[in-house]
Amino acid sequence: MSITCSINGESRTSSAAGFESLLRVLRDDLNLPGSKNACEQGECGSCTVLLNGALVCSCLVMIGDCEGTEITTVEGLADGDMLHSVQTAMVAEGGVQCGFCTPGIVVTGAHLLEHNPNPSEDEIREALSGNLCRCTGYGRIIEAFEKLSGSNA
Amino acid sequence: MDFASPRDLDEALAAKAAAPDAVFLAGGTDLMVGVNLAHYRPMSVIGLRHVEETRGIGADRIGAGVTWARLEKHSHRALAQLARTVGSPQIRAAGTIGGNIGTASPAGDGLPWIAVLDAGIELVSSDRGKRVVPWKDFFVGVKRTSIADDELITGVVLPDEVPKIQEFAKIGVRNAMVISTVCCVVMRFDAGFRIALGSSAPTPIRAIKAEEMLNSESSPSDAAITEFGRLVSLEVRPITDHRSTEAYRRHAAGVLAQRLVRRCLAA
Amino acid sequence: MTTRTDSRVANGVGESVARPDGVPKVTGNFAYASDLVADRMLWGATLRSPHARARLVTLDTSPALAMAGVRAVLSQEDVPGALTFGQEHQDQPVFCDGEARFWGEAVAVVAADDPETARKAIDAIVIEWEPLDPLVDPESAEEQGSVFREMKIRRGDPDAEGEIVIEGYYETASQDQAPLGPEAGIAIPDGEGGLDLHVTTQWVHVDHRQIVACLGVPDDMVRCHPVGMGGAFGAREDISLHIHIALLAQRTGLPVKMVYDRSESFVGHVKRHPSRMWYRHEAATDGTLIKVSARLLLDGGAYAHTSSAVLANAAFFTVGPYRCDNVFVDAAVVKTNNPPCGAMRGFGAVQTCFAYESQMDRLAETVGMSPLELRRHNALVAGDPLNTSGQIIPGSLPTLEVIDALDSIPMPDPLADDDPLHMPGGTGLTTPFSAVRRGVGYAVGLKNVAFSEAFDDFAEARVVLTSSGAEVHTAAMEVGQGLVTLCQQIVRTVLETENVAVIWNDTSSIGSAGSTSASRQTQMTGGAVHAAAVGLRDEILSDHAGDELRGDGVYRNGDLVASIAQVCSNGPVDHWVRFRHPPTEEPDENGQGNVHAGFAVAAHRAVVDVDPELGLVRVVRVDTAQDVGKALNPQALIGQIEGGIMQGVGLAVMEELVIDDGIIKNPTFTDYLLPTFLDAPPVEARIIEEPDSWGPFGAKGAGEPPTISSTPAVVAAIRAATGKALHRAPVRPEDIIGL
Repeated sequence: MSITCSINGESRTSSAAGFESLLRVLRDDLNLPGSKNACEQGECGSCTVLLNGALVCSCLVMIGDCEGTEITTVEGLADGDMLHSVQTAMVAEGGVQCGFCTPGIVVTGAHLLEHNPNPSEDEIREALSGNLCRCTGYGRIIEAFEKLSGSNA
Repeated sequence: MDFASPRDLDEALAAKAAAPDAVFLAGGTDLMVGVNLAHYRPMSVIGLRHVEETRGIGADRIGAGVTWARLEKHSHRALAQLARTVGSPQIRAAGTIGGNIGTASPAGDGLPWIAVLDAGIELVSSDRGKRVVPWKDFFVGVKRTSIADDELITGVVLPDEVPKIQEFAKIGVRNAMVISTVCCVVMRFDAGFRIALGSSAPTPIRAIKAEEMLNSESSPSDAAITEFGRLVSLEVRPITDHRSTEAYRRHAAGVLAQRLVRRCLAA
Repeated sequence: MTTRTDSRVANGVGESVARPDGVPKVTGNFAYASDLVADRMLWGATLRSPHARARLVTLDTSPALAMAGVRAVLSQEDVPGALTFGQEHQDQPVFCDGEARFWGEAVAVVAADDPETARKAIDAIVIEWEPLDPLVDPESAEEQGSVFREMKIRRGDPDAEGEIVIEGYYETASQDQAPLGPEAGIAIPDGEGGLDLHVTTQWVHVDHRQIVACLGVPDDMVRCHPVGMGGAFGAREDISLHIHIALLAQRTGLPVKMVYDRSESFVGHVKRHPSRMWYRHEAATDGTLIKVSARLLLDGGAYAHTSSAVLANAAFFTVGPYRCDNVFVDAAVVKTNNPPCGAMRGFGAVQTCFAYESQMDRLAETVGMSPLELRRHNALVAGDPLNTSGQIIPGSLPTLEVIDALDSIPMPDPLADDDPLHMPGGTGLTTPFSAVRRGVGYAVGLKNVAFSEAFDDFAEARVVLTSSGAEVHTAAMEVGQGLVTLCQQIVRTVLETENVAVIWNDTSSIGSAGSTSASRQTQMTGGAVHAAAVGLRDEILSDHAGDELRGDGVYRNGDLVASIAQVCSNGPVDHWVRFRHPPTEEPDENGQGNVHAGFAVAAHRAVVDVDPELGLVRVVRVDTAQDVGKALNPQALIGQIEGGIMQGVGLAVMEELVIDDGIIKNPTFTDYLLPTFLDAPPVEARIIEEPDSWGPFGAKGAGEPPTISSTPAVVAAIRAATGKALHRAPVRPEDIIGL
C-alpha cells in the first residue's frame, strides 16, 4: 500500500506492506535512521517521535495508520546547522555516551520543554521515564535539562 | 494487507462486518508488540484514528478510545491514579482504556477499576447494534473475552453511583514502565467498601467475602481492616511466574487492601 | 624569529572536553552498526534452538532455499573452515553440531532480499528435535566434573584461626549487559574474494582471528572495521553474528546485513555469570582479619567464552581491599546447558564483592565496629601483598583516602514529604509515609585493570602530524565510554595542537588495541597514544634540534626554528607504538604470583527507603569515592561513575535474567527491568587522584569500579532498613518479606 505523510515538514511516501511499524519504515524505507531500534516494544523510548504533536514510540505506530499525519523525528529538530537547545545542552553537559538512547531523549525533552519550559527535577524525571539509558545513569542528562530549565526561568 | 481508515463509527463497524477477520487498531501499544517481536501479521486492519465517537468522557460513560494521558487528568481519583502508572508518557499518549479492555491481560491496569464499579463493557456491531456486557461476563480468562467477531468495544458504562472516595495502588519492581505484580482499587460506596484486584487471578477479581466481612461493621475497626486484608489474601487466585510468586502476590494483595481501606477512611 | 606567547593548548588533558561525536549523536546522524546499508544488500536471519538441550534429528533447509527472494541458507555443513569459535577456547559451534547445548543456540542462517522474506525462510526450515535432559544445576555440574576451569588459592597458614568466625552463603543472579544498541552488522564483499565487516564489537582483532578461521581464508581476505556502537559493557567481547554474516556474504557474493531484535539479543550475547559463594571469615576480636576461606561456583553456561578469566578474577578478588595473610579459595566455573556467560562490567569481581562486603558488615557488627571503621582497620594499600596472589600492589592504591572521602560526603536529608515520586513504589501509590524505613549501607571494592595472568596485553596506536593538525590511528573500540575524546585530549596536550582527528583503523591497517574491556583502554590505548605522541614529538625535536614543540612549530630557547609546515615539508610525520603494560605472570598451582598489572579501588554509600511490609525499595542516593589516578576528562569520568553505579543498583534491586530449566523467561525489556529516570538515584562522587605507575598522566581505568561495590552497598542499606539477612542479589520484594 502507499502511505503519504509529512515527516519533518516534507511530504514522504512509503510503499510498505502496511503492518510495519513507523520505526521500520523511517529506518529502512525513508533513510531516516536517527530513530533507534533498541527494543521495538515501547519499553525504551529510543524511537520516540512526535505524531500530530503527541509523543509516541514509533515502533508502536503501524505505518498503515499514518496516512496524512505529521511526524517529527530527531532529524527534524535542528534548524539547519542551528541545534535545538536540548541538543546543545545534551552535548555540553555530557548527557551523551553511546548515544543510542539520545535521539529519543532529545525528542522527549524537546516536547517536555515546549509544554513546560521550566520543569522541576521531578518533572524532568517523570517526563523522561519512558526513555531508558544504559550508559549515563541519567545524571548528566538531568543536569542538562536542569540547566535548560534554569535558563527559561 | 488491507488497512481501512474509517471516518466514523458506522464505517468502522461496516468494515468489520465486511471483514470479520480484520483487527481493530487503537493505540497500537499491544498489537504492535505482537507485530514486531512475535511476527504477528494481520491480513486486515481497521484503524480507529478518525473514529471520534469513542473518544467521549461523560458522567455515565468513558469512551474506549480515551487515552491514558487524558485519563490521568480525570476527576475519578483512582482512575487518574492508575492512568499515571500505565507504561510511560509515550504509552499513555497512545494507549487507550478500550485497548486495555480488549487485550484483557490479567495485569491490565484499568480493569480493577471497572470491576470494582461493576461497570459494563459497551460493544457495538453493525448487525446487532449496541449491547452492554457486565464486566464479569466480558472477561472470561487470561486474555480472553466474550466479544463477538463483528463487535467493537466502544466504551465503559458506569453505574449511577461512582464514589468520590476511591483509591488505587499498584506494585511493580520499578517506578515506571512496569507491569503490575499486584494492583488494587478500593472504593467506598454508600453501602460500604468494595475491592477489586489485578494480576491476582486470570481476570480482574473482586474479593466479595472480604467485602462482606468489612461491611458488616458500619465503621471498620483496625481489627476488621486487618481481617479484611487476610481474607483478600485468601480470596485472590494468583500464580507464580517470572514476575513474582503466588505467595508474594497473596501477601501484597492483603497489604494493599488494608492500606487502601485506610486511605478511603482518611479521605 | 617569532617568540612564543601562549603556553597551553585548549581542551587538553584534565578538562571536561565535549565528545567529538556528540553533535552527530544528538541530531540522529551518527551511524551505528544497525544503520549501515549497502547497494544490493541482503538481510540475514537466524534459526535457533527452542530447547536448552536437544539432539538435532532432522534439518531440511531446502524449503527455505526454494522460496523466492532467498539467496542462501547455511548450516554446519556449509562452514568451510573451523567448525567452532571462541576467544580463549574454540568450543562453540558456528552452527549446531547435532546437539543444541543452550536455548537459542544458532542452527542455521538465511540471507534474503528483505527482512520479512528472511524471517519467513527461517520458519520454512524443517527441523526436528529430540529433547534431552538439560544440565542446569551448577552444583550437579561440578559434581559431574563438567567444568571449564578450577582454581585454588593457597596462601598462608591453613591452621590459622580467629576468635571471631563469620560464615555465610551468597548468590548473585545472571545479569544482562542490555546495551541499547542491538547486535548488528554488515559484511560487504570486496569483489576480489575478500570481505569487509562492520559489526558491533569490543575488539576487532580478536573477531578477525575467529572469523578467518571459520571462513577458511587467509588473514588478509577479511578486514574488520570499528563501527558505531550502542554500548557494550562486555556483551560484545565475544562473537555474535560476525561469522554468520561473513559466511552468507562469502556464499552470495553480496553484502549481508543482520540485526538482532531485543529478544534475540538476550540469547545472542553472553551474560554475567550467576554465582554461589560460601564464605568463612576469621578475625581477631579487634576486627583484624586472620583468615578467609571461600568456595566459589560460577555457572559458565554452555560454552567457554571468557569464563576462565572471569573465574580467575573472582578468585583473586575473593577477599577485596583488605589485608589478610591466610587465604584459601576453591573456585570453579562449570559447564551447563544454561545460557553462555562471559564478560560483563566488573568481570568476576562483582560477584565476590557482594559476598565479601556482606561478610565484612557482619564482622563489623559482631566486633562492634562501624562498617567503615572495620574497613579502615583492615585496608589494603599500595606496597602490601595482595591477599590472594601475594603479589605486591604496585603503583597507587588509596583505599584509606577513598574511604575517608566517601565518609566526608554529607548525608541526604530525611524523607520530608509523601510525594509519590519520593516514596518506595513511586506513582504506584503503594506506600504511606509512616511505612518507610531508611537504611544506609557501605561497600568498598577492588578490581584489577587490564589483562592478567601473563596475557600478552598490548595496544597499538599511530600518531600523525600534518600541516593542519594531528591524527590518531587506532583500532580500539569506542563503545560510548569516551575514548575518542581522551585520545584527542592526550595528543593535544603532548603536541600542543588543537585540531586532532581520531581515525578508526580496520584490522589490516594497524595492529590490535586489545579489547575495550577490563577498564583497560584509558591506560592501554591512552598509554599507546601518549607514547606515540611523545615519540613523535621527540623525533621532531631531534630532527630540528628544538627543545619544545608547539602548535605552530619547533622552538629552541623560546624561538621558533621550524614551522609546522616546515616540519611536514616532506609530508605528514608519524610515530607508531605497540604499548605494553608491565608484564604479569601465570599463577602457580597455589594461585601465587605477579598476576595483575594494576589495581583500582572505589567505595560506595547507598541510602535507601524501604517499605518493609511490601518489600519495595527506593534507592535515595548512592555516593562514591573512586581511585582514578588522574581525571583526564572529569565530566566523562563522572558519566562513567554514574552509569556504572546504575548498573550496580540494577543488580541490587531489579535486574535478573529469570532462567528456568535453561530457558530465559524474561528476554524482553518488558520483563528484564533496567532502572529508569524514576529509579535512578542522584550520585555525588569524590575523585581521588594518586597517580598510578603506568597510565598516561598517572590515569587509571575507571569503567568497572562503579559497578562493583555499588551493589553490596545498596543491599547493605536494605539490610540496615529491614534487619533482614538478605544473601542474594538482586533483592526481590519477597526476599525482604521472607516469603
